[in-house]
Amino acid sequence: MAPILEVRNLTRQFGKGRETVTAVDAISFAIEPGETVCLVGESGCGKSTTGRMVAGLLEATAGEVLFEGRNIRQLDRKAYQRYRQTVQIIHQDPYSSLNPTQTIRQILTAPLLRHRKVKNSAAAEARVLELLEIVDLTPASDVIAKYPHQLSGGQRQRVAVARALTVDPKFIVADEAVSMVDVSIRVSILTMLARLKREFDVTFLFITHDLALAKYFAWEGRITVMYLGRIVEDGPTQRLITDPRHPYTQALLSAVPEADPALAQHKRQIELRGAEIPSLLALPPGCSFHPRCPYMLPGQCDRTVPALEPVEVGGRVACPVRKQDAVSLLV
Amino acid sequence: MVQSTVGRPANDRHPDKPPLSLQNVHVSYATRRGKVQAVRNVSVDLHAGESLALIGESGSGKSTLGLAIVRLLPETARIEPGVITYRRNDREVDVLKLSRSEMRAFRWSDCAMVFQAALNAFNPVLKVWAQALDTAQAHGWHDKPAIRRRLVELLEFVQLDPKRVIDAYPHELSGGMRQRVLLALALLLNPQVLILDEPTTALDIITQRTIIKLLRQLKQEEHFTMIFISHDLAIAAELADRVATMYAGRIVELGTSDDIFYRPRHPYTLGLIRAVPTVTGGFEQLFSIPGSPPDLVKLPGGCKFHPRCTFATERCQQEEPELEQVGAEHSAACWNWREVQAELQRNPLHRGALNVLDGIGSEVEGS
Repeated sequence: MAPILEVRNLTRQFGKGRETVTAVDAISFAIEPGETVCLVGESGCGKSTTGRMVAGLLEATAGEVLFEGRNIRQLDRKAYQRYRQTVQIIHQDPYSSLNPTQTIRQILTAPLLRHRKVKNSAAAEARVLELLEIVDLTPASDVIAKYPHQLSGGQRQRVAVARALTVDPKFIVADEAVSMVDVSIRVSILTMLARLKREFDVTFLFITHDLALAKYFAWEGRITVMYLGRIVEDGPTQRLITDPRHPYTQALLSAVPEADPALAQHKRQIELRGAEIPSLLALPPGCSFHPRCPYMLPGQCDRTVPALEPVEVGGRVACPVRKQDAVSLLV
Repeated sequence: MVQSTVGRPANDRHPDKPPLSLQNVHVSYATRRGKVQAVRNVSVDLHAGESLALIGESGSGKSTLGLAIVRLLPETARIEPGVITYRRNDREVDVLKLSRSEMRAFRWSDCAMVFQAALNAFNPVLKVWAQALDTAQAHGWHDKPAIRRRLVELLEFVQLDPKRVIDAYPHELSGGMRQRVLLALALLLNPQVLILDEPTTALDIITQRTIIKLLRQLKQEEHFTMIFISHDLAIAAELADRVATMYAGRIVELGTSDDIFYRPRHPYTLGLIRAVPTVTGGFEQLFSIPGSPPDLVKLPGGCKFHPRCTFATERCQQEEPELEQVGAEHSAACWNWREVQAELQRNPLHRGALNVLDGIGSEVEGS
């Protein structure tokens, strides 16, 4: 199948002159229709910047975003509009992404009418009620007249999802969409998103710093790990979680606190040579991870930026030194 | 005052007497919408050298309880009724009866609070050294060279380079470095008890691991008595000997870490554990808890969890259950805890350890 979305050498810089920061550095990946891909990494790795470029909210400095095979920069007005509707983004903070002075009715009706998804306001009302049911905000007739502040964080995030659905998207970028939601209700929002995927053929790019959530949400999908603007590893979730090959992925997985005392005790502890993440303003030469990497080979890792190459077990790894070697995460 | 080791935390002379006892502690806030009962009827003993984790969602009262112990609550809060007793060697202190100046001495020298390492935990115009000096002097310690020696020693303990950090402003440090500086400052005056509020929240994963290692070292090698406050179950699993689950201001379950994670008896604890994924634990079937955390101004009658509880019966709507013993060191406030036990026999927890580690976790319910 042709990918619904592809990025090629996608790059984004901020600032200028000596203060230039390369937040995303020539990354390439493709997402097939119906796939679930999680983009994971620590703060500053470029995952949100990537998501914003994919959703068309931020222009790339170099490289291209292809939507259904066509470069989004070269679309005519009508096709560009269709792309912007088909690709929607859900932000992290449902407290600031909804207009506090508007009711849920107003928030959801406006895009329906603006994009001529419905004929008149009566039809809009009916569609809004339907959308609220789809995101499990019931009874919808109660919710529709409320203001965002009258809803809980989890309910607000559901409204944000309903708003994304007003324009019948086929691709949703969910940027830390459940990070601010209480733990007891996170799973219900993820379950709802998974249902949208099945029922409405929505493809997801799920951006998160939380590897446990990524594993859960993309169990049948793929995970892409970023570090300081580059992809260091990607692959099918179950392979990447159980048999990570890049030393950074291994370090990340071994460092994640586990919500299970036995696992917490049996996690392998990987000692890094440096604790602090280098600044994007002074990126190390070669592999960005080499100053911290326990397997660093002088003369190689500190000189050449490693290419992201396919591995037999599935996916790609940007580490010629270690990509063949499995490491057990539990001891 | 100067110590050669990191601290002198243990209650050496009376190891069996708990350094901190809370009895029937209530905290309420006066708000425009009315009185908010943030903490209700909390009684717990903190044993010497033990780590207790308070877990729960936003609004569960866990942070309020932590702040109440060191009396750093806002003016609108009242701690009433309740008794907080602190013990160190032969000294026994009724914390809520301390005068302002006695309280200042108690805070930091006996019981230190470590806040989440946001920038606002520091005075932004003071360098790390000046923050430490301020703290020491406010507690009547004026020997500058000794204070400096102590600070250097502590910065080394938290694996920071004192030369780099001591003359740095807070904004010049990364989040992980700030959290470690806060920890070093908290240890400055040899407290016996440390209260850590969300010690790893908002830090990057690898930084979280360095903080967890450090806290484990404080626990295992230095035998500090610690309270961890976190919404993150993983912090409890990584660091706690005992765990208290809080809901709507009360402790609804208290037990060893294994009790809570593998043999929960309160439906809320069970719900939390079934809602949180692990990373290396293989496939997990997860479930949310229906509904939302309660509005503290309009708490439901009976058990505060009953509107969200799948085990709720009519009794739960009428009467609020007290903590009841359900195991050796394990208590839960639920009329139907035996039903929870039966449910776990029928549908064992899909915990990661079960899937991945042969034999480990065999004490898990139903396996």
